[in-house]
Amino acid sequence: MSNYESVIGLEVHVELNTKSKMFCRCSADYFGKEPNTHTCPVCLGLPGSLPYINEQAIEDCIKIGLALNCKVSKKALFERKNYFYPDLPKGYQISQYRWPLSVNGWMDVEDASGKITRIRINRAHQEEDTGKLSHIGGVTLIDLNRSSVPLVEIVTEPDFRDSSQIKDYAKKLQQIFRYLGVSRADMEKGDMRLEANVSVRPEGFEGLPNYRVELKNINSFKFMVAAVEYEIKRQIKELEEGRTLRQETRGWDEDKQITYTQRVKEEANDYRYFPEPDLPELQIDEEKVKKIKNEIPELAWEKIEKYSKDLGIKPADAKNLAESKELAEFFESAVEHGKKHEVSSQEIANYILNKKIDINALLPAQIIEDIKGKKSGVLDDEEELKRLCEEVLKENQGIVEAYIAGKVNVIQVLIGKVMAKSGGKANAGKVKEILEKLL
Amino acid sequence: MDLTKLTLIETLDGLKNKKFSEEELNRAYFEKIEHLNPRLNIFLRAIKNTKGIPAAIKDIIITKGIETTAGSKILEGFIPPYSATVIQKLLNNNVSILGKTNQDEFAMGSSGENSAYGATKNPWNLEKVPGGSSSGSAAAVAADMCVFSLGTDTGGSIRQPASLCGVVGLKPSYGRVSRYGAIAMASSLDQIGPFTKSVADARLVLEWISGGDGFDANCFDEPFKKSLRAPAKQSLEGVKIGVPKEYFGEGLDKNVEKVIKEAIKKMEDLGAEIIEINLPHTENGVAVYYIVMASEVSSNLAKFDGIRFGHTRDKFGAEPKRRIMLGTYTLSAGYLEDYFIKAAKVRTLIKHDFEKAYENCDVIVGPVSPTVAWDLGAKITDPLTMYLSDVYTIPASLAGLPGLSIPCGFVDRLPVGLQILGKYMDEETILNVGEIYEQATSWHKERPKL
Repeated sequence: MSNYESVIGLEVHVELNTKSKMFCRCSADYFGKEPNTHTCPVCLGLPGSLPYINEQAIEDCIKIGLALNCKVSKKALFERKNYFYPDLPKGYQISQYRWPLSVNGWMDVEDASGKITRIRINRAHQEEDTGKLSHIGGVTLIDLNRSSVPLVEIVTEPDFRDSSQIKDYAKKLQQIFRYLGVSRADMEKGDMRLEANVSVRPEGFEGLPNYRVELKNINSFKFMVAAVEYEIKRQIKELEEGRTLRQETRGWDEDKQITYTQRVKEEANDYRYFPEPDLPELQIDEEKVKKIKNEIPELAWEKIEKYSKDLGIKPADAKNLAESKELAEFFESAVEHGKKHEVSSQEIANYILNKKIDINALLPAQIIEDIKGKKSGVLDDEEELKRLCEEVLKENQGIVEAYIAGKVNVIQVLIGKVMAKSGGKANAGKVKEILEKLL
Repeated sequence: MDLTKLTLIETLDGLKNKKFSEEELNRAYFEKIEHLNPRLNIFLRAIKNTKGIPAAIKDIIITKGIETTAGSKILEGFIPPYSATVIQKLLNNNVSILGKTNQDEFAMGSSGENSAYGATKNPWNLEKVPGGSSSGSAAAVAADMCVFSLGTDTGGSIRQPASLCGVVGLKPSYGRVSRYGAIAMASSLDQIGPFTKSVADARLVLEWISGGDGFDANCFDEPFKKSLRAPAKQSLEGVKIGVPKEYFGEGLDKNVEKVIKEAIKKMEDLGAEIIEINLPHTENGVAVYYIVMASEVSSNLAKFDGIRFGHTRDKFGAEPKRRIMLGTYTLSAGYLEDYFIKAAKVRTLIKHDFEKAYENCDVIVGPVSPTVAWDLGAKITDPLTMYLSDVYTIPASLAGLPGLSIPCGFVDRLPVGLQILGKYMDEETILNVGEIYEQATSWHKERPKL
C-alpha cells in the first residue's frame, strides 16, 4: 500500500477598496447598502454601455503583484470570459487570461513543524466582480451593487502539501493586503475569498494528477483548513478502495463536517476568451512600476527581520508586533522614544504584548514614561512606605531614642535604611514625612 | 417655401435670419412624416416638437425616455434610462429628436429587410430596398423627412444605404465619435455617423458629435474641427486620388462601373491626379469581417437575457440568431485559432494594404455598392449573396478608416454613390474632396418624386 501526498493549489480573490468600481464611476463601497442603489448603465450591463478603466485599481493590482515578488508585464490585456449566469449582467466578465498584469511571483510559507516552503505564484491579475444572488422563499433575488467592483485574482501553482501551509499563506496574504491598504480583506464580509484545488498522488510521483477537486464557497480560514484536511483523507480513501476520482466542485458542510458535491465538471468550461475590444492595451513602463514600488510600505516580513536582526527582539514577539501595520508603527515609534530614555526595544515589546495595550487609546511616548517610571520605580504608596518605616523604626530603637533626645539629623540614617529596604525605590521626601509623623 | 427641402446649413441660416421659426420647421417635417411614412415605413416612432433642429435617429442609438428597439422585437417597449453621448451633444446644439428610424435588426443586414418591424422602402422606387442596416435614416434624408439623421456603420451600414438612397453618408474613423449609447454590434468596428443633404452639413454634424466623453475608452478626446488653415477652393489641384484595381473587377455592375468611372474622370477634370493602386487583400475582406464581427456580436448580444430589460432570447430574429451561432463557433475551443485568430491576423494585412497605398495617394475612390438598389425580396433568401454586397465598404471598416459616400449619378433612375476613403483621422480631406466634387455637379440637388 503506497503512501499518498496531496497536491494543492490556491486561488484567492480579493476585493479592492477603491472609491469607484472597476469599469464605471459607481461607488464600490457596497457592503450593507440598499440593493441596486450603486448602479449605472455600465455595471447593469444595459445596451449601449461601455467599460472605462479605473486607474487606481490597476495600480493596486500592480502593488499586490510586486508585494508577491511578481514580474509586472510590460503589456497587459483585458479579455472577455463569456458565460451566462443571472449575476453576470453582460453575459461576460471582463477579466485577464493570456496577458495578465503580473506573473511568476512567490511566497514563503511555514507549516506546523516550522518547515519553510516557497509557494510559486502563477499570476496576480485584474477582473470585475459579479452581482450577488440571494435565494429566498423559492425565488432568486439579484443585487447588482457588487457588480463590477474591482477584484484581484491570485493563483498559485499546486505547491501546497498540507493544510497548515494553506493557513499560513492565507494569513500572510491577508496581512499583505492590509499593509498595502488595498483591501479590508475580511473573509466574513466577502472581501477575500479562497478556493482550493485538491488532488492526491502516490508519494514520489512527479506528474500532476489527472483530476482535481475544487473546494468553493467556503468563507473562513478555519472551514477551509477543515475542508482541505477532510478532502485529502476522502480522496486517499477513495483511491485505496480502488475507485477513481472525478473532476468536481465541492462545498463544506460545517454541521456534518464533510465536503459534498456541488457541481460535477466532466470537462472544463469553454469561456471563449478573446481580447476585450472596448478597452485599449495596458502598457506599463518601468517608470510607472518604480513609482508604484516606492509607494509600497515596509511589509510584515521585512519588519520581522528588522526587529529580530537589528533590534534583537525574540522572533515570536517580532511576528506578533508586525501583525498589523498600525501596531508595528506604534512599536517603532515607541522604540524611537525609548532611545532617548534608555528604554530597550525588548522592554517595550514585552510591555506592549503582555499588557495587550489598546494602541488607539495611548501614545507611544506614554508607554515610555510608564516603563521609565516602573524602572526608577519610585515607590509612592503611603501604606507600603508606612509599613517599611515602622519596620525600620522597630529594628533601630537606638537611633529612634537619639532622635527623640534631640539629635534630629539622625533621621537621615533612618531614611537611608528605608531606602535600602525598598531597594532604593522609596520616595525619600515622603519617607521623611512619614518618619517624622511616626516619631 | 418648402422648409423640408433646406439643408442643415440653409436651415440654420434661415432661423438666424428669422425667415421662419423652429415651430414652423418642426411642423413641416412632422406633417411630411404623417403624409409619407405609412408608404415608406421609415420611422418607427415620431415626436411632435416645437423647438430645435429636427433630426432622425437610427433606433439602435439609445435615447432617454424614447423607446429604443434596434429594429428588434427583443427590445419592444424598452425605454432607456439614459441617452447616448451623441444624443446629448446634439441636444446641446439645439437639435431635437424628430423620431427613431427603422433598420435591420441589431444592424445586421444590407437591405432593411431584416427589421422586425417590416422593411423600409426606397423613396426613389418603392419596390426597391433602401440598403442597410441604417435603412430608415438614409431614406429619411432622401425623402426630406428630416434635416439630417444619424446612423451606424460597422461594415458599410451608413455608406451603402447612402449610396442606394442618393444622400451623403459619412463613417468617421474608428475612435472619432464616442460609441457610448450605440447598442454594440461589433465593438472594434462600430461608428456613429451622419446622413445629410450636403457634404457641408456632414462636416458640421461631425463637429457636433465627435470627441471623447470619459465613457468610450477607444474614443479620442479631441473633437473634429474643420481646420482654418486650408482655404476653400474649387479645384482638386494637388490632390492624389488612388483608384483600387480590386474594386473594379468581377461582381461590379457594368452600369454602376460606368457611372463611377465618369465621376472619377470628373475629379480628374477638376485637377486631381488619378493613380492606380493595389489593395491585394480585398478579396479576404468579407470572410475576415464575418468572422471578427460575428465573434464580437455573439458576446455583445449575451446581455439580452430578458432578466433586467427586454424580452427573452427567442425573440431574436433569424439573422441575429445566425450570427450569434456563427460567432460562438468561431470563438470556441479548437476553432479559435483557425477562425478568430486567423481573421485577426488577416485584418492586420488589410490595414497594411491601406497604409502602403496611402504612401502614394491622399484619398482612395471607388464604388460603394456593386449594384444599385435591388428588388425587395430578391436577395433575402440567400444570406451569403447579401453579405457580398458589402465587399467595397468592409475593408475600410476593418482598417478603422473614415469613408464618405456622395451621390454621383443614376442607373435606371436609381442612385449611385461614390466612395471616398481617407487616412486614419483624416475626415477633413475626404470631406473637402467630396465637397468640391459635389459643388461642381448637381447630383445632390436631385430628389425622388413622392
